[in-house]
Amino acid sequence: MDLGIAGLVLWKIVIICYAVVSGAIFLYLTREKHSDPHWSRVVVTGGFLAQSVLVAWLWIGTGILPVASFSKALRFFSWALAALYIFVLYRYRVVQLGLVLLPLATIMWALGGPMREAKAFSPFLLSPWLTIHGILSFLGEATLVGAFGASVLYLVQERRIRKRMSPSFLARLPSLEVLDHITYRCMAWGFILLTAGIIAGAIWANEAWGSYWTWQAKETWALATWLFYAGLLHQRVSSGWGGRKGCLLLVVGFCVLLFTFIGAGFMGSGPHRFDRLQG
Amino acid sequence: MSLLLVGANHKTAPVEFREKIAFAKDEIPELLSRLVASGPIREAMILSTCNRTEFLAEGEEIHSSLEVIRQILASRANVSTREIDPYLYVLTGLDAVRHVFSVASSMDSMVVGEPQILGQVKEAYKISVQCKTAGCTINRLMHHAFRVSKRVRTETDIGKGAVSVAYAAVEMARHVFDTLRNKTALLVGAGEMIETAGLHLKQKGIAKTYVTNRTFWRAKALAHRLGGEALPFESLGSSLAMADMVITCTGATEPIIKKEQVKAAIKARRNRPIFFIDIAVPRDVHPSVAELQNVFLYDLDDLQKVVDNNKAERMMELEKAGEIVAEEARKFSLWFSSLEAEPTIRQLLEWAEEIRLEELRRTLKRLRRLDEREVEAIDLMTRALIKKLFHRPIVKMKRDGGRDGSASFIALARELFGLDGRESGK
Repeated sequence: MDLGIAGLVLWKIVIICYAVVSGAIFLYLTREKHSDPHWSRVVVTGGFLAQSVLVAWLWIGTGILPVASFSKALRFFSWALAALYIFVLYRYRVVQLGLVLLPLATIMWALGGPMREAKAFSPFLLSPWLTIHGILSFLGEATLVGAFGASVLYLVQERRIRKRMSPSFLARLPSLEVLDHITYRCMAWGFILLTAGIIAGAIWANEAWGSYWTWQAKETWALATWLFYAGLLHQRVSSGWGGRKGCLLLVVGFCVLLFTFIGAGFMGSGPHRFDRLQG
Repeated sequence: MSLLLVGANHKTAPVEFREKIAFAKDEIPELLSRLVASGPIREAMILSTCNRTEFLAEGEEIHSSLEVIRQILASRANVSTREIDPYLYVLTGLDAVRHVFSVASSMDSMVVGEPQILGQVKEAYKISVQCKTAGCTINRLMHHAFRVSKRVRTETDIGKGAVSVAYAAVEMARHVFDTLRNKTALLVGAGEMIETAGLHLKQKGIAKTYVTNRTFWRAKALAHRLGGEALPFESLGSSLAMADMVITCTGATEPIIKKEQVKAAIKARRNRPIFFIDIAVPRDVHPSVAELQNVFLYDLDDLQKVVDNNKAERMMELEKAGEIVAEEARKFSLWFSSLEAEPTIRQLLEWAEEIRLEELRRTLKRLRRLDEREVEAIDLMTRALIKKLFHRPIVKMKRDGGRDGSASFIALARELFGLDGRESGK
């Protein structure tokens, strides 16, 4: 099955939609005169639908969740980030989070490149546990990136207040209360999804190789990431580690996450190595 | 017919004079009927607020109208008319229209952009309507003024940003809290500033207000007025932990809220933020409190800067608002001057119609064998002839008040067509 030129056009439409909306949000935040970009909601939703069509096509075409190569993983991650943004947009009406999430989604989607013809995979990738493992892990990681995004906005807003910056400068940033709430929500849900994803992955590993855990690079780093967020969440719940300190640690967490996602994909051996999985 | 505006405001007269010529609401109806009864004035309206007293009059002759108003003001202030002149401004025609629009748009207010003035203008107009001293001109002028005010408010930022310290304090909270509806405020002190801030908080829907003060009964009285609860001053330290927002303004000479107390409060609150606003001089909250995590502290200087900044921004909007007012005033004067041309145009058309009917009658008498359709065609033709002939002169008379330089087309038309010897409607 080949989408041909239609696939390329849709791929470009997604980039354009997200890039345009990122710009609109930036203007909305920095220029006091710019009105609420209502149309951007339509554009970003349109972009997301186009993206979903492409992801679904690749998935249905192969029968396998399209995450098993570096470019596919990038694209799927981009889709997960956009999905999270759409959710935050409609649930909390915090347009501003797009300032962090949408450029990331755009870059990942662009780096992933246009979809090529879907190819068949080795049979051990056909397990439903892989699908569950993939979806949960990616959504979990995207949600944790959402926590990072809200943290960045929190840190900016906090600095704005402390340094007594002009009230008109970035006047559209959400209040600390809202940002803190979103940070916490994203962190908690991201952690839950990631945990479930890791468990699903372990079940799949047991089915495929008869062992739940093999200490591959990706597994090890995922565990480190998991432990980091577990600690952060524990501190938050038990002693109210919110505010600036919590947000700074979430920025660190994002770096760990990014390394686990990209760096560990090229280390060691096993099914998480992007370069071995291609084709 | 002409428009006259006479008044004194905070820019032209000191408060000692303004208070002398201020009129209470129930004095105005009597005054209005006196004005209209005086002869030269046909329509009148009086606006009297703490910053201004203004008489708006429409009448046949400006000088005698002005004289009537000066007499009233002078006798009210108990001085001679000569003595009140330096404080008064006298505006006529387009200038008067522009002034009315500026006042209603809050551009002439002491605090530019304050919203109360529009209500006061509306009230003044209402009284004038009730006393039947508002006629065609004032009705039209005031309704236009309300529209201009709305336009200025939506198209410029003249009413944006807090311009009082108490309001700025509440506004700043917006950056920290999403809503005040589930927040608790602690007010330290019981003075006027605290009360104003408390009222603003209440307006924004604060969930709970505590008041504490060294003199407990005053805290209790204020808490009662604000619908809050008074707390003993001695337990200030432990009260802090309950508050999301603390506003202080006491006469204490030393800081009464110290870092250790706030640190303990934040710990007890499990790091939920506290927003301190210290409007006291000397300060009530020790500056080192601001070093703590999840604590935000603004003092009077910070708020004053915000207020000054907002005031400056409102002043910058004045220019834009001025353009709107000028544009609208031109629109109004266009209508106003067409009103001036109106009787002349009506007379002119009546005269033409008389001639038309007379000539039509004579012609039809001679052409006896015409059928109904042909008669109708001739009738239509003569109507069209008149309409086309007079179209340009009428447009010319309506535009610019029928004036081109010093020449008045209206006067010219009356002269040319001999209208002054005729009475309209005959």
